[in-house]
Amino acid sequence: MGSDKQQSILVELKNITKRFGALTANDRVNLSIEKGEIHALVGENGAGKTTLMNVLYGLYQPDFGKIYLNGTEVRITNPKTAISLGIGMVHQHFMLIPPLTVAENIVLGEEPGNFLAFNRSKAISEVQKISEKHGLNVDPTALVSTLSVGSEQRVEILKLLYRSASILIFDEPTAVLTPQETKDLFRIFNSLKKEGKTIVFISHKLKEVMEISDRITVMRQGKAVGVLQKEKTNEAEIARLMVGRDVLFVPDQEVVPKGDIVLEVQNLQAVNDRGLPALQEVSFSVKSGEILGIAGVAGNGQTELAEVLTGLRSAQNGRIFLKGQDVTHDSPGEKIKLGIAHVLGIAHVPEDRHKRGLILDFPVSYNLILGSQGKDPFSRNLLLDSQAIQKFAKEKIAEFDIRPGDENLPARYLSGGNQQKVVIAREFSRDPSFLVISQPTRGVDVGGIEFIHHQILSMKKRGKAILLISLELDEILNLSDRIAVLYNGKIVKILNRTAATEEELGLLMAGILEYSSPKKS
Amino acid sequence: MNILSVGRDFIATTFRLSTPIIFAALGGVISERSGVVNIGLEGMMLLGAFGATVGTYYTHNPFIGLLTGALAGGLAAALHALLSIHFKADQIVSGVAINMLALGATNYLLLLLFQTAGNSPAVLTIPWKIFAASALILPFVLHYFLYRTPVGLRIRAVGEHPKAADTAGINVFFVRYCCVIISGILAGIGGAYLSISLLNRFTRDMSAGTGFIALAAVIFGKWTPIGALGAGLFFGLAYALQFILPGILPHGMKIPPEFFNSLPYLLTMIVLVGAIGKAIPPASDGIPYDPKESR
Ligand SMILES: Nc1ncnc2c1ncn2[C@@H]1O[C@H](COP(=O)(O)OP(=O)(O)OP(=O)(O)O)[C@@H](O)[C@H]1O
Ligand SMILES: [Mg+2]
Repeated sequence: MGSDKQQSILVELKNITKRFGALTANDRVNLSIEKGEIHALVGENGAGKTTLMNVLYGLYQPDFGKIYLNGTEVRITNPKTAISLGIGMVHQHFMLIPPLTVAENIVLGEEPGNFLAFNRSKAISEVQKISEKHGLNVDPTALVSTLSVGSEQRVEILKLLYRSASILIFDEPTAVLTPQETKDLFRIFNSLKKEGKTIVFISHKLKEVMEISDRITVMRQGKAVGVLQKEKTNEAEIARLMVGRDVLFVPDQEVVPKGDIVLEVQNLQAVNDRGLPALQEVSFSVKSGEILGIAGVAGNGQTELAEVLTGLRSAQNGRIFLKGQDVTHDSPGEKIKLGIAHVLGIAHVPEDRHKRGLILDFPVSYNLILGSQGKDPFSRNLLLDSQAIQKFAKEKIAEFDIRPGDENLPARYLSGGNQQKVVIAREFSRDPSFLVISQPTRGVDVGGIEFIHHQILSMKKRGKAILLISLELDEILNLSDRIAVLYNGKIVKILNRTAATEEELGLLMAGILEYSSPKKS
Repeated sequence: MNILSVGRDFIATTFRLSTPIIFAALGGVISERSGVVNIGLEGMMLLGAFGATVGTYYTHNPFIGLLTGALAGGLAAALHALLSIHFKADQIVSGVAINMLALGATNYLLLLLFQTAGNSPAVLTIPWKIFAASALILPFVLHYFLYRTPVGLRIRAVGEHPKAADTAGINVFFVRYCCVIISGILAGIGGAYLSISLLNRFTRDMSAGTGFIALAAVIFGKWTPIGALGAGLFFGLAYALQFILPGILPHGMKIPPEFFNSLPYLLTMIVLVGAIGKAIPPASDGIPYDPKESR
């Protein structure tokens, strides 16, 4: 059996080391992938998973270490070489060109036709053929800019299949997918596996890892710390290896006495970017010391709800009261400041940290004070006080365990989970009375999730009113006191967490259970 | 003067003045489509004009002059490419540097080769209609190239999202180098037209802002070759107006000549204000590509 195994090893990474300046992102990493398996790569944010796969795909050159394919050493100096060796990669951030069509995106770099003429119809028919063969439904003539995230991902997969890749790397493919889309993706994984393809799958969702993979390699702080057989392990063990200690999956919910109503929303109505109704007759209230969870499938008005509450989108109808004061038409700045005595207004953890949460080219320290830059102690006599800013940043970096702990590093170079911690640290330290928290743990590792959940609960303990919007049903169930289900822009029902079951929520989210006029509480 | 000959004059003048703008603007389109802003078009034109004069002067063959002019523009562009692609210098700064360098270098060489600070000796010329006809055809060739060939697809991909192109196995640096150098060659031809066709000699600072008007034509033409053609013709027309209008004004009507001289620039401003809201540049235009950036 031992020698059998030896032969079935397709890719072997030996002693891969990759440094970025003083930081060692990969430290003598060994990884072996067998032919035809689904191999999961897990680890905390910043553990070096993406870096390792970028090395295998030729985007980065390792400082040292070797790569073997079928037992022979290969040097992969650029993606072109990787592609010719049958390696394909779907990146954490999709590599698609929005103004080009699906077919153009797929054939780019290996276009049918000759130098003088790009054979468009052949490109379209080839794409059609592959997409039918694998059940990946997309319109080859559609512009990529018009696609949903799920379809974009299918285009990425088609890109690999078009190049007849036999080793397919997926970097966090499910982070932005709905549960249904994830199911579809796993169906595709399994059928690719049947065809003899080999898959490397990176994810923070251990449930998925347990569901789909054959073997699991765990990375921690740049090192590969263990290889596990799926049958012989469980989520808790993987998490322990990743973080180096036990991880609590379900946070301790303390009962906090509820106070007065902080936020009240009446009959809210708003349209989306295309001018179509996104929210209708939305009414609810959130008390101090309470978390109201918003459950729903993506695209049912969550984004618009968060934007209207924070003043980034205007309400067409209805009213928003913060501590009894009508703030419906206040700007985001006014909502942050809204000072009733010492109490500040609204804090917002946006769903897309790159678009709304951070200025990627600013250092971590500046990102930590955005929105408070004009206030004491950060600004004095119209000048920024860099000492005060640095001091504040150092405190927050320590308090929220932001890694690497360098306040002068541009936010761009932080891993996703650490970027998220920066946003959370900033918003939570505003000491607001009401928080809108959207997708707080998207792309965040188990340790980070535990930490962020703990922070959210401690805000609640401090008497904050919190609106938690998440596509992760587990997250909603674990944190909320009450759960409102959003479907088609309407709140179909508000239930107490203790009374809610996953089944009922699922049916409500799918619009299968009846719409019952929301009661005010 | 009858209306017909005025009309014919006007059309001919429009084409004659549009031609250099169209050549340089096509260069701008190619470069910016690949993601490199080329503000050095002006300087590349000036060097092209000078290179063409020198080549023609020494060989007595204006077609060789055309080649040396194109070469001069291409060389300046290679410098711009080296600075902005390889060393990731700010593309605006690099372009401005090339414009200043071109002005200084041509003035100096004018003195060195021809012992004059103003005009070079007269040289042989190429009939302007050859250039004008090429300027009308070339945009369609480039359009086909950009939208119907694999290389064109790659260029557009590189200008939109270089990292995506890189991961698809395309050599981003190589594509950008080629496009910038072609851009300089086209600007150089536009400059050569000024010195060995429109005029028959090089004069100090003879591009006189044409390269900047070409830059405006790139934007007005929405970064497309055929758009650049239309915009080039429009600006040529605006230039032509300043020569034609004073002659056909009713007697007794007095408008200061400065007004006509400023007409092209005024129109440029008006047109750009109107066009800018709608025009979408290539997404990565002006941004150096660094494969190590995490996004
Ligand atoms: N181009 C870069 N320059 C500097 N540092 C980098 C660069 N790319 C990654 N890093 C750093 O290297 C470390 C590993 O990053 P990597 O992206 O591989 O982590 P990851 O395991 O994929 O994390 P995540 O789960 O958040 O995606 C991190 O500390 C990150 O900040
Ligand atoms: Mg990653």
